[in-house]
Amino acid sequence: MIPAPFEYRRATSVEEALRMLGDGGEDAKLLAGGHSLLPLMKLRLAAPSMLVDIGRLRDLSYVRDTGDTIAIGALTRHRDVETDPLVAEHAPILAHVAGQVGDPQVRHRGTIGGSIAHGDPASDLPAATLALGATFEVVAPGGAKRSIPAADFFRGFLETALAPAEILTEIVVPKVTGAGWSFQKFNRRAQDWAIVGVAAVRNGSTGIGLVNMGSTPLRATAVEEALAGGASVQEAASHAADGLDPPSDLNASPEYRAHLARVLVRRALEEAAGSSRS
Amino acid sequence: MDVSMTVNGSSRTDSVEPRLLLVHYLREVAGLTGTNIGCDTSSCGACTVLVDGESVKSCTMLAAQADGAEVTTIEGLADGESMHPMQEAFREHHGLQCGYCTPGMVMAAVSLLKEIPNPTEAQVREGLEGNLCRCTGYHNIVQAVLAAAKAPAGAGS
Ligand SMILES: Cc1cc2nc3c(=O)[nH]c(=O)nc-3n(C[C@H](O)[C@H](O)[C@H](O)COP(=O)(O)OP(=O)(O)OC[C@H]3O[C@@H](n4cnc5c(N)ncnc54)[C@H](O)[C@@H]3O)c2cc1C
Repeated sequence: MIPAPFEYRRATSVEEALRMLGDGGEDAKLLAGGHSLLPLMKLRLAAPSMLVDIGRLRDLSYVRDTGDTIAIGALTRHRDVETDPLVAEHAPILAHVAGQVGDPQVRHRGTIGGSIAHGDPASDLPAATLALGATFEVVAPGGAKRSIPAADFFRGFLETALAPAEILTEIVVPKVTGAGWSFQKFNRRAQDWAIVGVAAVRNGSTGIGLVNMGSTPLRATAVEEALAGGASVQEAASHAADGLDPPSDLNASPEYRAHLARVLVRRALEEAAGSSRS
Repeated sequence: MDVSMTVNGSSRTDSVEPRLLLVHYLREVAGLTGTNIGCDTSSCGACTVLVDGESVKSCTMLAAQADGAEVTTIEGLADGESMHPMQEAFREHHGLQCGYCTPGMVMAAVSLLKEIPNPTEAQVREGLEGNLCRCTGYHNIVQAVLAAAKAPAGAGS
């Protein structure tokens, strides 16, 4: 399978990438690790006229301690998030989830920024950023910056709050050092995407992100509200699929996904309660 | 466009289409057909090569993205007539049946031992989750990788 022809440009800075994107117009796309975009292009489900390769922007690959938060460069690869000591200490769920993405080969190439910008409801890291209450830093042509909370970022199927000419530069994660957490990824074979996944972080209040339970990565707001209102884990978890419209595919019907969500949310909350060090 | 990279120790520059995948570059331009194409959908791992020392599925990377990189394919492992410790271990433990997944399996295993020099059996199984063997010959593959980890010559190099 061979992608349709495109023009290839390699950016050496964010400013240059923004300029190239501008030159390329509506049909230009950023290429980070290429592990979502290239498979789509090979299937000809995507045929951008221009790829702006930002894979070499190593100055966007970092993890930094920024006080109450840690900042992760958008081009940081899954493998580097998985093994970073700062992430392990202050947001261990993120290190764990990065280690659950695909397989080692995928983790050597795919980036956290690409995973978030792609906005696939079946992807793991977006759910973790929702549970953590992360914020995404974005830069627009001309250099204007804005911050978008994860909860406002995912808008529709593979659709995010990013404008076509914007670049996601950084993921800012509140430190949840010692907090209880759990990631439940339900799949049938090693390496597979989650049929349903649940990310939970218990740090005073509880944040819960859901994988593959709708057209976007989602927050389990009904469960979060039930817990905030004093519901038991059992009772709160029963609301895991409330108001959601889970997809139907070869792996699962919507009813089965709703069932899985209730069971996995309960397990996640129990594990998060057990693993809490606070 | 021109791409330059070091493949198995020798540097080369070729004029390629931007859409050329690394696996096609290696097989058709560099003539190194040891890297197999299996599923062509990033799933099976048959096309695994090392890019700057790390395992990568070469069907999911453009040759253009490997510009400037050091690429190692199965052909680049042996030292003249003597097999790489990982190849030796696969031979010794019969870590193959039809052999189609073998080049990718070996490359993924070399990368795995670089990251985890002394893996447990579970770590080997997890570390090779990106590589499928349709003969289901996993048992001996895992034995081979565990044996390679104990080989004196250092199979992760
Ligand atoms: C075999 C296989 C298995 C996988 N399994 C899983 C899994 O189990 N769980 C999971 O979560 N994911 C999985 N993935 C997807 C993987 O995590 C991807 O790496 C990730 O989704 C995309 O990151 P990328 O860097 O490769 O992005 P790319 O493919 O390069 O880009 C994806 C999209 O995001 C845009 N983009 C990229 N970076 C930026 C940026 N900084 N700013 C703005 N836009 C940007 C691109 O233009 C493109 O539209 C799998 C992939 C493969 C091939």
